[in-house]
Amino acid sequence: MSDNHNSTGATTTGHLWDDDLADFTNQPPKWWMLGLAASAIWVVVYWTMYPGIPFAINGTFFKGLGLPGLNLQLPGTDSKDAGKWTAIKELAIDQKELDDVRKPFEDKLKDMTPAAILADEKLSEYVARSGKVLFSDNCAACHGQNGVGTVQAGKFAMREKGLMAPILRDDDWLYGGEVEAIHETIMGGRQGMMTAHKDTLSAQQIDDVAHYVKAMSEEGKDKADADTAVAAGKKVFAESDCTACHGADAHGIQAMGSANLTDKVWRFDGSLEGIKQTITYGVNSGDENARIAVMPNFTEAGKLSAVEMKKLAVYVYKFGGGVAAAAPVAEAAPAAEAAPAAN
Amino acid sequence: MNDSTPKKPTEIVGVTSIYGEHEEWATNLGEKTIHAKRMPGFFRNVKYVTESIWLFFFVGAYMRWDGVQAIILDVNHRQFRFFHLTILPQDIWMVSLLLLILAMTLFAVTSVASRVFCGYFCFQTAWVDLFTWIEGKIEGTPSHRHKLDEAPWNKDKIIKKVSKHFIWLVISILTGISATVWFEDAYQYWHDLMHFNLTIIETVTLISFTLGTYFLAGFMREQVCLWLCPYARIQAVMADSQTIFPTYDVYRGEPRGKIRRGVAVDHDTQGDCIDCFQCVQVCPTGVDIREGQQLGCITCGLCLDACDSIMDKIGRPRGLIRYASLDEMEGRPVKKVYQHPRTLVYIGIILFALAGVIYGMTHLGSLKLRVDPERQPLYTSMSDGSIQNKYEFKVLNKTDKDVFVKVTAEHGVEGQILIGADQPKQLTHGKSTSFTIFVKVAGNKVKSDVSKIEFKVTNIDDPKMKAEYTSIFNAPKP
Repeated sequence: MSDNHNSTGATTTGHLWDDDLADFTNQPPKWWMLGLAASAIWVVVYWTMYPGIPFAINGTFFKGLGLPGLNLQLPGTDSKDAGKWTAIKELAIDQKELDDVRKPFEDKLKDMTPAAILADEKLSEYVARSGKVLFSDNCAACHGQNGVGTVQAGKFAMREKGLMAPILRDDDWLYGGEVEAIHETIMGGRQGMMTAHKDTLSAQQIDDVAHYVKAMSEEGKDKADADTAVAAGKKVFAESDCTACHGADAHGIQAMGSANLTDKVWRFDGSLEGIKQTITYGVNSGDENARIAVMPNFTEAGKLSAVEMKKLAVYVYKFGGGVAAAAPVAEAAPAAEAAPAAN
Repeated sequence: MNDSTPKKPTEIVGVTSIYGEHEEWATNLGEKTIHAKRMPGFFRNVKYVTESIWLFFFVGAYMRWDGVQAIILDVNHRQFRFFHLTILPQDIWMVSLLLLILAMTLFAVTSVASRVFCGYFCFQTAWVDLFTWIEGKIEGTPSHRHKLDEAPWNKDKIIKKVSKHFIWLVISILTGISATVWFEDAYQYWHDLMHFNLTIIETVTLISFTLGTYFLAGFMREQVCLWLCPYARIQAVMADSQTIFPTYDVYRGEPRGKIRRGVAVDHDTQGDCIDCFQCVQVCPTGVDIREGQQLGCITCGLCLDACDSIMDKIGRPRGLIRYASLDEMEGRPVKKVYQHPRTLVYIGIILFALAGVIYGMTHLGSLKLRVDPERQPLYTSMSDGSIQNKYEFKVLNKTDKDVFVKVTAEHGVEGQILIGADQPKQLTHGKSTSFTIFVKVAGNKVKSDVSKIEFKVTNIDDPKMKAEYTSIFNAPKP
């Protein structure tokens, strides 16, 4: 622009554009050249400090010279390597940091029963958080995210064969809704059972009894009993083997895992067709159209640790359907002390 | 290759010099050091007063209130404290209103009186003023300073320069410290500083503020105003013909000319400006105000003082350079300040934001409730046909004591039962406590798939301390 820019008397490149536009052959500023040189040196320094050189030395990759001031030492590793950065080390240290925060909680959980955990507000809050991940990984495949369950088949590939999982959020439990009962279910697994009635009952009888069962759910047992429209079904229900498992009052027997037929919650499809299918082909009866109801055993082959199963029991209980234990909570404390011996 | 014969560089320079900024090239690039003269006067005194407000910046953080720092922007613990007020991140919306107030105040002031912020209060102006004051005390008058800059290095020059830079650095370090202590306990910071025990962030902040102050106020000076600061550019759109600027009265001053002692001046042919260059010499950014309002002018009024003192000496009325608007200069009627719609709009926005801040400050509350209804599933049908919703409560206790609250709900669905609300909930002080509440409703009472429900938490010891939150109750379509 002015003489100030050509104080060294540098010549132009000799090229001229638009009559008066020329390039001076000035050197780049000194600070700029220094910066360039410093960057080039820094690249080399950086490259040797980090594990960037792809050569194996003594059968292991070159770990870099390390970074001064860095202290990434994992327990049980060579302290010489504390200044040497690797991505996996950084991850492990981050994880350890998390584990350290969790450790006091996890240590407590080891010796507690699910009921005692539930009684402890802080611990049950902690479990509610960590249980979410466990549930999503291990349970949600069948029970659905947040335990919404599947009562109608065909929603997902694994249920196309008829595998259906109950809703875990309501207060209707086949095997008991106390936190200890839920814990037992997770530890030991469950297998539903109902015989197929296609050979023992006629199609008419199945239709009748299905109407009666549906009425019990919709109107309540007393009204259904008085309802003449379903009287035929009531007779079938009383005279065939239904009451053997579901009980004379049709409330189900939790020790057997038979369903309560008088409430509004259906284990399987609650439409008339659905009920008829359940009665006709049974549950896990071996018939190809049978309902399949299998809860795997999570203790087997170490699928889940003892603490994880306790967490899940508390987590599922807290969905909102958990049934308070008959014994008052205060008595859960001695139970917690007795637990290690029981294990 | 170009066919035409290459021309000599001298010819090229001749053409490019048509660019206006060529004239200010040396000043703009800092190749010419500006050593402004310091003259007493009204605006000089105003500037001392306004700049001394910055002393609060150095001492304010050491005030204590109830045993803790009175004003602390405690970013680490996510709370701001102003005396007895504690502002948590939930109240941060007020900060945006506060920033709006500050911005609009700047706009309003600028629309009335141009860049008075630049001239009297800007930290760059204040620190440069302090630094040059020190420079003047050590190195003498501007002409001495120019000579000293060009003089060869000798003992005298070394002593003067070293002591000047030493004092500059001490002030810079104090500035760096003061910039940090507003964000954490000031006394703890000094303790850590004396034991060389600062965290990496504290160290970096201290070093960058120290170096920033040292270079910006010591070396860059007016260069910051000329080409670094965006506000110098923004102000152009905030000023109009009603805005007052330090203005050279060109009708009165021109044609300018020297006067000699004993020689009478013909005031019909000669203007009042005697071309003494005092106005240029006192200018901290080195502009000549007689060329009109320009980017470099920070409207500090120092040239007014200089000119007035000369006018007094030559027996002419003061105000050859004065604060005047373009309207006044061009002979249009001068409107009152309140006849300036744009200023009124700015003031309106300020009042609006101020009302918001006052509302916020008086409604900070002690409890803050937030309720998240479960979204998957929206509701659960229970065995007796009732509908259950799950809610995650988060209650922030802003007080410094743990309190117990009871949870209640209004509206919603007739006959609703709150499960989990039978016991009072303990809320940890200064923290957010979360818990779960279920609401259960008989299936036949549900009138709509979505019902409004208003939750309330109330301190069991002090029913006035409460918080409300409106959520929804979901149910299947009836």
